[in-house]
Amino acid sequence: MKVSELIKALGLEVITESSYSDKEVNGCYIGDLLSRVMGKAQENNAWITIMNNINILAVATLTEISCIILCENVGVDETVLSKANEEGIVILKSPKSAYEIANEMGEILK
Amino acid sequence: MIKRYILSGEDFSIAGEASSSFKAVLKKLGIDAGIIRRVAIAMYEAEINTIVHGGGGECEAEIEGNKITLVFRDQGPGIPNLDLAMQEGYSTATEEIRELGFGAGMGLPNIKKYTDSMNIETEPGKGTTVTLVINL
Ligand SMILES: Nc1ncnc2c1ncn2[C@@H]1O[C@H](COP(=O)(O)OP(=O)(O)OP(=O)(O)O)[C@@H](O)[C@H]1O
Ligand SMILES: [Mg+2]
Repeated sequence: MKVSELIKALGLEVITESSYSDKEVNGCYIGDLLSRVMGKAQENNAWITIMNNINILAVATLTEISCIILCENVGVDETVLSKANEEGIVILKSPKSAYEIANEMGEILK
Repeated sequence: MIKRYILSGEDFSIAGEASSSFKAVLKKLGIDAGIIRRVAIAMYEAEINTIVHGGGGECEAEIEGNKITLVFRDQGPGIPNLDLAMQEGYSTATEEIRELGFGAGMGLPNIKKYTDSMNIETEPGKGTTVTLVINL
């Protein structure tokens, strides 16, 4: 599935300006502890988290996840946003819980 | 080829930049994607430890012959009990550091898992040197 299709299907809000049209998403990893995510998230996963500080950006780049989905209406500050744009990282946002997002994703990817 | 990175212990917001930058170097060289991924994970974890536990230091990343060698040096507090530090879930991270998402106690186990060899020399009060090798 493409990130653009995921955004549409789950009604996610796109908060970065990074391009996502060609990005694939093949599943998700849920977690807030960075070294757990580092060790476990797979390339092209969507990373669902409530962690919103600047350190999430290096993790996103290094694991090559396709996008960060901030759940439960968590946002990011201006510094994180502009660095994400600089580095081409896609950050999406939703009022839903991690469970709801993953569940809906699972239905689509079935 | 050797790349050198200064890892400041003052500013946690740039933690991970050395790893991201070295990853870009490996990509340009056309190194296998699976190997790049392992280097990226191991280097990130060691970089973060040097910064948050070691109080900052330096990293030397060398691509030579059939291996990549990463050396991290700091003059921090050292690791009093290495066996304990290597255990999954063991962490001395402060509350402030945990709030940033560090402190799962998975850094050293991740490094062990994703490298071909890992050597730690450490002396309480003097500092820590971590040497990692990933075969190409
Ligand atoms: N360079 C270092 N200097 C001093 N102590 C260190 C150093 N590296 C690791 N340690 C010690 O080893 C412990 C375990 O390290 P490890 O990387 O596995 O977990 P962590 O850094 O606490 O959490 P995480 O890496 O999951 O965010 C640390 O909490 C710290 O006590
Ligand atoms: Mg660590």
